[in-house]
Amino acid sequence: MIETVMSMNNISKSYKMGESTVQALDHISLTVSRGDFLTIVGPSGSGKSTLMNIIGCLDQSDTGEYILEGDEINKLKDRYLATIRNKKIGFIFQNFNLLGKLSAIENVELPLIYRGVKANERKEMALSCLNQVGIGDRASHLPNQLSGGQQQRVAIARALAGNPPILLADEPTGALDSRTSQEIMEVLHNLNKKGHTIILITHDLNVAKQGKRTIRISDGKLYEGGDVNHEFVNIH
Amino acid sequence: MNLLTSIKMAFRTIRGNKIRAFLTMLGIIIGVSSVIVLVAIGQGSSQSVTSSINSLGTNLLTVSISDTDTPFTQDNIDEIKKMNTVKNVSPVLSSRLSLKNGSTTSTINVTGSNASYKSVRKLSISNGRFISDIDLDYRQKVIVLGSTTAQTLFGNKNPINQYVLVNGDRYKVIGTLTYKGGSNGQSNDDTAIIPFTTAQRLMQTTHITQFYVQATNSNMVNFAMNQLSRYMIQVYGDSDSFSVVNQQDVMNTMSSVSDTLTMLLGGIASISLIVGGIGIMNIMFVSVTERTREIGIRKAIGAKRKDILTQFLIEAIVLSIIGGLIGIGLGLGITKLYAIFSGGTVVYSLSIILYSFLFSAIVGIIFGVFPANKASKLRPIEALRFE
Ligand SMILES: Nc1ncnc2c1ncn2[C@@H]1O[C@H](COP(=O)(O)OP(=O)(O)O)[C@@H](O)[C@H]1O
Ligand SMILES: [Mg+2]
Repeated sequence: MIETVMSMNNISKSYKMGESTVQALDHISLTVSRGDFLTIVGPSGSGKSTLMNIIGCLDQSDTGEYILEGDEINKLKDRYLATIRNKKIGFIFQNFNLLGKLSAIENVELPLIYRGVKANERKEMALSCLNQVGIGDRASHLPNQLSGGQQQRVAIARALAGNPPILLADEPTGALDSRTSQEIMEVLHNLNKKGHTIILITHDLNVAKQGKRTIRISDGKLYEGGDVNHEFVNIH
Repeated sequence: MNLLTSIKMAFRTIRGNKIRAFLTMLGIIIGVSSVIVLVAIGQGSSQSVTSSINSLGTNLLTVSISDTDTPFTQDNIDEIKKMNTVKNVSPVLSSRLSLKNGSTTSTINVTGSNASYKSVRKLSISNGRFISDIDLDYRQKVIVLGSTTAQTLFGNKNPINQYVLVNGDRYKVIGTLTYKGGSNGQSNDDTAIIPFTTAQRLMQTTHITQFYVQATNSNMVNFAMNQLSRYMIQVYGDSDSFSVVNQQDVMNTMSSVSDTLTMLLGGIASISLIVGGIGIMNIMFVSVTERTREIGIRKAIGAKRKDILTQFLIEAIVLSIIGGLIGIGLGLGITKLYAIFSGGTVVYSLSIILYSFLFSAIVGIIFGVFPANKASKLRPIEALRFE
């Protein structure tokens, strides 16, 4: 039986810009099962980041229903969102977003610190995550002593550290050259094989095609199925 | 997240930016150390004033006569002595003179007075005896040396029954005074005392122009003062020819002046502590803006508002506490140096040290709250987008 990790129903989000309103997300419905590797692709301004913020519980929708592992996120008060983010979401950003003053392992420990895990246990867990992404030997390096690909591996290890049900990646290869991008995609594939659910947002078709399932986003609406290439060209 | 982890995290951040941390603390360091130094010096001078009161006696009146046409004599002194509010009267005649023992010379204040002078000025004899009334009757050339004077002229030798030359005349040393200490202009130890009548001859004067009156006790000082003034007006016809000064009043005034000064200095220094706190606030605000992205990242991976608030608050508190501790060290050091180089009295007050330390911690909390609150309120999406 396929288990649902998250589901969205009729999610809408609009931004007011003076007189005009931008409908960033327009009645979106989406269901993701455990173990899936979903890619969401769309051009700039199509609403990808807005969607990612809502999935990642950084922001809330205006209307609609969003259920993440049984929790009705859209009904939660702002102050509970931090805990949800900490437990249920592992963020992987385009520009890595590591803390420059902290070493690789300290960065990975961060979500565990906010979860209240004890120091010894924390170090052990962080190190095992670094090993999983093949960078355990760089644990004590500062981010600026690492290459882009290595930094992104650290960021992935940090996303993994709390063992969240969803890894949420926003253009994770956007700042990397094509060879390093491929390495990072392999890391993500491996994690997916081990059972991690991944949602990846990108504007790059070649990256998008590597998912198990691809959804297009355009003008705040989702389109699933059909020839991705064809439709994407049409949107342009 | 527990407190210990927060504190560790704060130290981590502070260590990561030492120069900024130092500059942030500078205001607090200067504030705390100046409070400590200024109050220590102020209280020190208060204390030396107070000890002067005690060393002079609280029931002492000083009478100075400016009218030299009407002679004031031993008979007048005897009449004053008979008053029921008066315990002792000592006429004094002072002059700076050179004392000589062999080749050693010491120029000091030599005072001529009577046997009561010892009780009036609360002196005590460490060796030999004080001058007696018989010495006055026979104009004996005897001298009692202050402890410093004895040390200067005779070193470690016993000066008793030795002779010193005063203006070429031989004076027999009959006693030395106990070391009194205290620093209030006129030293009690750099002195010598001879019989009053001998001094009159030596200084070629027959008039009495100054004398001390010791009241029977400190409660009687005001009565003695009134009785004395009435008598003096009787002798001189008006109150312009003499003045009666209550030692206690002078000292009270001096001590209240120096207390006020201490409070003033402490107050000014406290203001600098507040300025130091504002310095912390400024730099924390800058730091919040600079670290907007960091705050966004932390929030994205699960930091609650409370976590960010405590992080920044603890950073501010740790900074001000470290600054406070450095300030205490620096303050005590400077005070010590001041005491060594100026020889002045200083008083280390534990309560002031604790007070300024607590104050710096409180300043850290108060001025840390605003930036910390700002940081905790940042919305994660906007903070993440911040460049
Ligand atoms: N904070 C905001 N205020 C106003 N408009 C916004 C805001 N965020 C996004 N938008 C608008 O919503 C639409 C979708 O933006 P976004 O989700 O960032 O797209 P993408 O990430 O796909 O480029 C755009 O038209 C954008 O201008
Ligand atoms: Mg975007």
